[in-house]
Amino acid sequence: MATMPASASDLLKSFKLKTKQQELLIRVSILCLVYILAFITRLFSVLRYESMIHEFDPYFNYRTTLYLTENGFYDFWNWFDYESWYPLGRIVGGTLYPGLMVTAVLIYRILRFLRFAVHIREVCVLTAPFFASNTTLVAYFFGKEIWDSGAGLVAAILIAICPGYISRSVAGSYDNEGVAIFALLFTFYVFVKAVNTGSLAWSLVSAFGYFYMVSAWGGYVFIINLIPLYVLVFYFLDWVKHMLSDTKLFQAFLRITVTCAVAVGGIALGLGMVSGYISPWTGRFYSLLDPTYAKDHIPIIASVSEHQPTAWSSFMFDFHILLFLFPAGLYFCFKRLSDATIFIVMYGLTSMYFAGVMVRLILVATPAVCLISAIAVSATVKNLTVLLRSKNKVVQTGSTKRSGGSQSSSKALLDQSQPFQKNGAIALLFGAFYLLSRYATHCTWVTSEAYSSPSIVLAARGAHGNRVIFDDYREAYFWLRQNTPQDAKVMSWWDYGYQITAMGNRTVIVDNNTWNNTHIATVGRAMSSYEDEAIEIIRSLDVDYVLVVFGGVTGYSSDDINKFLWMVRIGGGVFPVIKEPDYLVNGEYRVDKGAAPKMLNCLMYKLCYYRFGEMMTEYGKPPGYDRARGVEIGNKDVKLEHLEEAFTTSNWIVRIYRVKPPNNRCEI
Amino acid sequence: MGISRFVLLVFTISMLASPALSDLVLSKVDRRIYLTSHIVRISSTLEVENAGPETVSKVLLAFPDLQAQNLAYLMASPHEAKAKFKISVVSFPIDVVKPEDMPPGVTFYSVSLPQGLTMGASFTFDVLVVFTHALRPMPEQIGQADIQLVLYQDSAYYLSPYVVKVQSLSLKLPDSRIESYTTLESTKVQGSEIKYGPYENLPAFSSSPITVHFENNLPIAIAQELVREIEISHWGNVLVTEHYKLIHGGAQSKGEFSRLEPQARENVQGPSAVRYLVAHLPPRAHSVYYRDAIGNISTSHLRGDSKKTELLIEPRYPMFGGWRTAFTIGYGLPLQDCLYESEGRRFLNTTFSSPMIELVIDTLIVKVVLPEGSSDISVAAPFFMKQWQETKISHLDIVGRPVVVLEKTNLVPEHNQYFQVYYKFNRLSMLREPLMLISGIFFFFVACIVYMHADTSISKFSASYLAKQQWEEVRVAIQQVHNIICRCLATHDKLEASLRDLSRTGEVQACKAARKSTDGLLKELSKELKPLMTFLQSSPSAVQVEELVAKERELLEKFMAKHSTAVEAYEKKSGARDIENRIALHQQKITALRQEVDDLLEFIDEI
Repeated sequence: MATMPASASDLLKSFKLKTKQQELLIRVSILCLVYILAFITRLFSVLRYESMIHEFDPYFNYRTTLYLTENGFYDFWNWFDYESWYPLGRIVGGTLYPGLMVTAVLIYRILRFLRFAVHIREVCVLTAPFFASNTTLVAYFFGKEIWDSGAGLVAAILIAICPGYISRSVAGSYDNEGVAIFALLFTFYVFVKAVNTGSLAWSLVSAFGYFYMVSAWGGYVFIINLIPLYVLVFYFLDWVKHMLSDTKLFQAFLRITVTCAVAVGGIALGLGMVSGYISPWTGRFYSLLDPTYAKDHIPIIASVSEHQPTAWSSFMFDFHILLFLFPAGLYFCFKRLSDATIFIVMYGLTSMYFAGVMVRLILVATPAVCLISAIAVSATVKNLTVLLRSKNKVVQTGSTKRSGGSQSSSKALLDQSQPFQKNGAIALLFGAFYLLSRYATHCTWVTSEAYSSPSIVLAARGAHGNRVIFDDYREAYFWLRQNTPQDAKVMSWWDYGYQITAMGNRTVIVDNNTWNNTHIATVGRAMSSYEDEAIEIIRSLDVDYVLVVFGGVTGYSSDDINKFLWMVRIGGGVFPVIKEPDYLVNGEYRVDKGAAPKMLNCLMYKLCYYRFGEMMTEYGKPPGYDRARGVEIGNKDVKLEHLEEAFTTSNWIVRIYRVKPPNNRCEI
Repeated sequence: MGISRFVLLVFTISMLASPALSDLVLSKVDRRIYLTSHIVRISSTLEVENAGPETVSKVLLAFPDLQAQNLAYLMASPHEAKAKFKISVVSFPIDVVKPEDMPPGVTFYSVSLPQGLTMGASFTFDVLVVFTHALRPMPEQIGQADIQLVLYQDSAYYLSPYVVKVQSLSLKLPDSRIESYTTLESTKVQGSEIKYGPYENLPAFSSSPITVHFENNLPIAIAQELVREIEISHWGNVLVTEHYKLIHGGAQSKGEFSRLEPQARENVQGPSAVRYLVAHLPPRAHSVYYRDAIGNISTSHLRGDSKKTELLIEPRYPMFGGWRTAFTIGYGLPLQDCLYESEGRRFLNTTFSSPMIELVIDTLIVKVVLPEGSSDISVAAPFFMKQWQETKISHLDIVGRPVVVLEKTNLVPEHNQYFQVYYKFNRLSMLREPLMLISGIFFFFVACIVYMHADTSISKFSASYLAKQQWEEVRVAIQQVHNIICRCLATHDKLEASLRDLSRTGEVQACKAARKSTDGLLKELSKELKPLMTFLQSSPSAVQVEELVAKERELLEKFMAKHSTAVEAYEKKSGARDIENRIALHQQKITALRQEVDDLLEFIDEI
């Protein structure tokens, strides 16, 4: 390892390259490698599973992209979708961010023009990794702009594999965030560039970047709020600088203000905790800071897992060592305050705050965290290597040097004053590289284990260590697509709406767009009512099939029974007939014999556990043993009157019921 | 209703029966109807005798229209003792004919015999007829756990425009569970076989309807549409892609679905469901895949040996009566296994139909995609079908690849015969696509180079542009200075080397000569340096450059001094120790100066 750089530099020298060119060559090749790395590390999901679209929202994006490729932009713009939100429909063209779809179709058209006969699905699957690769380039230039090219390189490497970003940009997660983070960082970079150069051209590019961002993701509000805030802070600092008209005074001022602010904050926190006004690390403490607290009272937003406040563990999971490098980077930024570093500090601090409020906003903080951490890493490593190199020279040139020029003598004095400096520097360097290598291992592990599952296909380890695949979702959706009438209306909880329309090609009552709370509440009410009440709602919605997701056979925990309380809450929010305590026993949610009678007889319970009582799920357990909740179910004799089982997938994960025609009419 | 119509039809035929067409007589007819799968195969052995005076070379075969609609395959071949329904190598040509004075509702096929039959001569041949959709589920709707019963109708007598002297009929059923069957005189049931006959001396067009109602739990898989695409790449692969639209053609499923029963007692319940399909692929098939519109289907097994590759695929869900599914399978074949050359033309020789066993195909479209630049295309196929050409644009195509499209309806496994597509293709055309790629990348790099070297600024007189230009010139000048200094230092090293030689050999003259040559060189270099220095005077980094040059001068002086001292000392032949001491004085300063020069050089290099 140690001989490598030497031989490499010899090799470069043999090409008669100047130091400058050598550096450029190394820089460009590192960037190329990082570009490729950022792309291929996101392909775990394709290798583990297949080239497919993941999760929920990407299916809607894929469906609209397909529509755009088939019908062109104008039809796309005017598209009224009858297949979702039956009977309301959805004006798709007016209610989505078209940036992603237009980008994908543009890439698709270019590839087609170059005569690469690719399928639009492949383009959609690989859009996010491609943009992640581009983001690394932007991170490099951004880092170069705010610090130096070394920091830029480190930033590119850090962001290429940072789990916080990978979570939303693996191959197949065809979502707005995939391109939006690129647009966000690009806009910021060009903005800072414009600030630094004062060039009108860059500010124009920045405006276009912002335009693209607005067309791609709702997160553009972050930009439009951060930039005015930055300008405000910038003017304030400028004014202070002007007033004090001396850099030393200004630095003293800054130091005093920052120290005072931290001290006051700390004292206030301490006093609050002592006096009991602030109880540390509870939901209340969070909600005090939380501007989205009001949203907690709207269950439809609270029910989404990615809207939860972020836990420390997920910060650690997504940032790993960056969490420690971030403050260090902030220190370096404060040490060398410039227009650009002020910006990145503000970006970092605000986005970190929002990341704490909501899990999904970790994504926005990731580029800032990577950049600031890169500054810390680059500055530290650079300082250490400068120290090492200067000493090496002293050793080379021999003892005579000390009587030489004034420059080197000061260094020599330094050497004498700190005899262990060299060893210390080496140790620190090794430490830094150890930490960085740990980071790389962690990122790879997280990517392969946690973030590369499409969540449509579930995989588990079998009894013999073999890989078992549960492909029940697609089994059910394909069954719907092939064996139900073309105009059949399917009712399910809103989570599965996008997937049913995209893969099952059937009309749904509600979907993941969640724009109409009442409609969702109606479905929630139907699911939590008794069958004869529910059938009235079902008939009024003109439903032909009801689909539920059930994990009792496989032990799949994110099924409808576990989501059921949210249905009750959302339903109860609009229809006060539904009361949450009716489904609980002493505040406890249970499905076994001790469950609340309303729970045991509501539609959702019946649909999930229909004929489950006859099923042996686990050896040595009674029939009707629910493996997801680890209990024997309370109502084994489920009878359905108005619905009949139409299809159940091989592992019972998806169950579809047909709505029977009313009794007094004959079937035509 | 269907039954009565059939009976009525047969009845009318027998009513309208007119005298025999020619003097041919069927002296013996032996019919065997195989109902063991959902494809009905009738294998008959006919012994035909010419009772008239004229030589006859054509024999007519008659089928009621209702049956003829479902007729998928008809073949006549010389009689073989053991042939069941093997496709014989030799078969006689068959045409559809419409002879005059014949009863309506009957379709005729005429078989051309290899030789004309003279008076009194007889000839024996086999006829294989394959019908699809000939079994009707009865009842039409069954529950998931019920068994499937089907109905088959035919005539106990062989329908023929000729007099039949002796005939017999046997029906082979999948097993002995028979719901009901028509009993005529001399009807026998032996296990899973029903025998009618022998009947003797029946006039032309005699018929007697029979109906068999029996249990047939074999899955009835019908491909409503199959599109096969065979794409030839002369780089060594033939890619076959097959898009199936499948339906279970048996009794419609009704009532409630349940996972519980098939899981608990799989072999008893839901017996007629299509759970899997088996395809026999060619032996060296590779890269097999199985997917549908929404992704891969992970339930398939592939077994292979040297003779065949067996692919077992399961649909995403077990298919009950009336259920549909659609999927795509694809595989690659080595080019040499199916592409041959003859008389300057290449031809593809491959099977026509689906590799799935016991599959009925309602409409089959075969597309043979030939490489771009193929010409003179023709098709040789064992049976008639619709045929046209299109083009397909695939990877790196400019004009598109010619595609031969063949379409045929109502196919059975018997149709899976070899067919040939002949075409002309220039081997050089193969290189077109790689060359395109290479030139594309080449032009990309050329564009990059041009971009890096081109001056893209709009205004040539703006201040920033001029400043940039000037800076560029300064940089070049500094670079030159840097080079010159480096060369100076190199000459220093040369001198140093000559000094070392001196201390080793003691040859003063050689050392002096070296000194002289370097002196000349250094002078030249300093001359070169002068204009550059004047140019750089006004630039921002002039200070460093001047310092560098000054330091270098100083270094040079010291070096010269050292050199002179050393040479002098050697000339005087003073002691080694003395020389060392004298040189050491200079040496200290030289090392210090050299260090500074190096630092400055590095600094300037950074600019």
